[in-house]
Amino acid sequence: MSLDQLYQQIILDHSKQRHGSGLAETAAPAGAATGQSHQLNPVCGDEVTLRLAVSDGTVQQISWDGAGCSISMASASVLSELGEGMSVEELHSVIDNFREVLRSRGKVQADPEILGDAAAFEGVARYAARVKCAMISWVAAEDALNQATA
Amino acid sequence: MTAVSTPASLQQSVYAMDNAEVLRIRNDFPVLDQLVNGKPLIYLDSGATSQNPLSVIEAEQEFYEQRNAAVHRGAHHLAVEATEVFEDARQTVADFVGAQYEETVWTSNATEGLNLISYALSNAALWAAQGRGSSALNALAIGPGDEIVVTEMEHHANLIPWQELAFRTGATLKYIPITDDGSLRLDAAADIVGERTKLLAFTHASNVLGTINPVAELVALARRVGALVVLDACQSVPHMAVNVKELDVDFAVFSGHKMLAPTGVGVLYGKQELLDVLPPFLTGGSMITTVTMERAEYLPAPQRFEAGTQRISQAVALATAVNYLAETGIDRIHAWEATLGQRLVKGLESIDGIRVVGPAAGSERIGLAAFDVAGVHAHDVGQFLDDRGIAVRVGHHCAQPLHRRLGLTATTRASTYLYNTTDDVDAFLDAVSGVRAYFQA
Ligand SMILES: Cc1ncc(COP(=O)(O)O)c(C=O)c1O
Repeated sequence: MSLDQLYQQIILDHSKQRHGSGLAETAAPAGAATGQSHQLNPVCGDEVTLRLAVSDGTVQQISWDGAGCSISMASASVLSELGEGMSVEELHSVIDNFREVLRSRGKVQADPEILGDAAAFEGVARYAARVKCAMISWVAAEDALNQATA
Repeated sequence: MTAVSTPASLQQSVYAMDNAEVLRIRNDFPVLDQLVNGKPLIYLDSGATSQNPLSVIEAEQEFYEQRNAAVHRGAHHLAVEATEVFEDARQTVADFVGAQYEETVWTSNATEGLNLISYALSNAALWAAQGRGSSALNALAIGPGDEIVVTEMEHHANLIPWQELAFRTGATLKYIPITDDGSLRLDAAADIVGERTKLLAFTHASNVLGTINPVAELVALARRVGALVVLDACQSVPHMAVNVKELDVDFAVFSGHKMLAPTGVGVLYGKQELLDVLPPFLTGGSMITTVTMERAEYLPAPQRFEAGTQRISQAVALATAVNYLAETGIDRIHAWEATLGQRLVKGLESIDGIRVVGPAAGSERIGLAAFDVAGVHAHDVGQFLDDRGIAVRVGHHCAQPLHRRLGLTATTRASTYLYNTTDDVDAFLDAVSGVRAYFQA
């Protein structure tokens, strides 16, 4: 397992060009139900606050603020880009799939058909100490999704 | 400075450590002889925990193979032998820091030692209020209107116990600020430590900044107003000569695992007149004189603070570690690590986009350096270095308020010990110089 498999170019790109970043700058679409979740990893200080807007069973918008390592920031960016436009059920199942891959210690391969750019995080599964970094925004999204659809 | 024997400068000219000696030392540490990610391990995380030489590992094994028994209980041969080596170990460690045997209490680690003091002091207020124990407790009791003073550079272990003591007693917690280059502001300290101050707690050497604090000046401020002094000696005792009597602190704590010993054992030093009157923190077996249905009377220190079955093999191993350090020469180790610390800071300062926290190159510091890399999170820096077999610590190093004061959330820290060569430092610097390019920062 080489470092380049962990830090794929797509991850480095997303860690700098962050899709959906900036809660204050993006107002939630009018009439949408929203949920917001703050997640903190006390071990390394990674922090994400993510807001998710749903209307007509579709995820309209995923916005977030965060501070942390390139893996955690890129993961939030990819999630935001990937999740917008999905149905509530689709996003739930993508989150479940992402979690399964990341927790598999490398045994479950990522399927780009399902995960899109998020498949690039497959390498993280081999670095036990970094799994939480990749998961933090996805945990926030799951929580926010439950709130928005409660 | 705190050196008690030959000044480092003199030692250095006669017996200075060098890379050849360090490589011989390294042979005593089995764990250092391994490949990580296909590269020879370079261990630069001794500030978090240090490695054990074979003699220490064997001391623990030998205890279990030949002497294992509960101490201070029972008259059989093994119990007597176990008690003997356990108490000999206490004397060895006491001698190493200039303490008396009765003033040397075993704890699990420094954190437990600091909590012990914190709870003994709030128990003192409870006892004093009910007229229990010595009348000396009246002066030790902390209450509303009193102040506890710490510094902005404390490890959480020397901060949260005082926050909680303030909460339990109604006292106020105050902070001595630091300068931008990581020294305590003594001018401000002189105003902050005042008539209301009951306790002053500070670290001897900072685990993030590398600063060595002026103990004598701070103790003088506390003495002026009759405040107790607690010294966090976690990052000093393993690396430099420390004599608690010469420093004249009331309490000092340190952890075995940061000084070549196993985890699970640490030391609390306290002046005997304080330890003998303070109420215990933990209560139970092995620390009492008489117990009735209603209440108990307690032994004097150190047993007063050692409730329950003790960490015997770890104490024996810590004494072995102390002997290892003493035989190598703690002043020589200090001088060597000062060299490594300067090399670290000088090298880091010359790399583009690196901000070292703490004193600049040329100013005194212990053998560690923490830094920020522009555009790259510390976690990523640590991962990059690990790929090259280099072990460092990343994060807030249990000092969140300090990092906030520095305007950072996380840093990367390289910390050295007697088994690190200048080549280790150079390999580390070489790797760090490639970090920003790798992450396209
Ligand atoms: C300055 C300082 N104080 C306290 C501690 C706490 O030590 P321990 O976790 O062994 O109790 C540490 C170690 O991390 C430290 O560096």
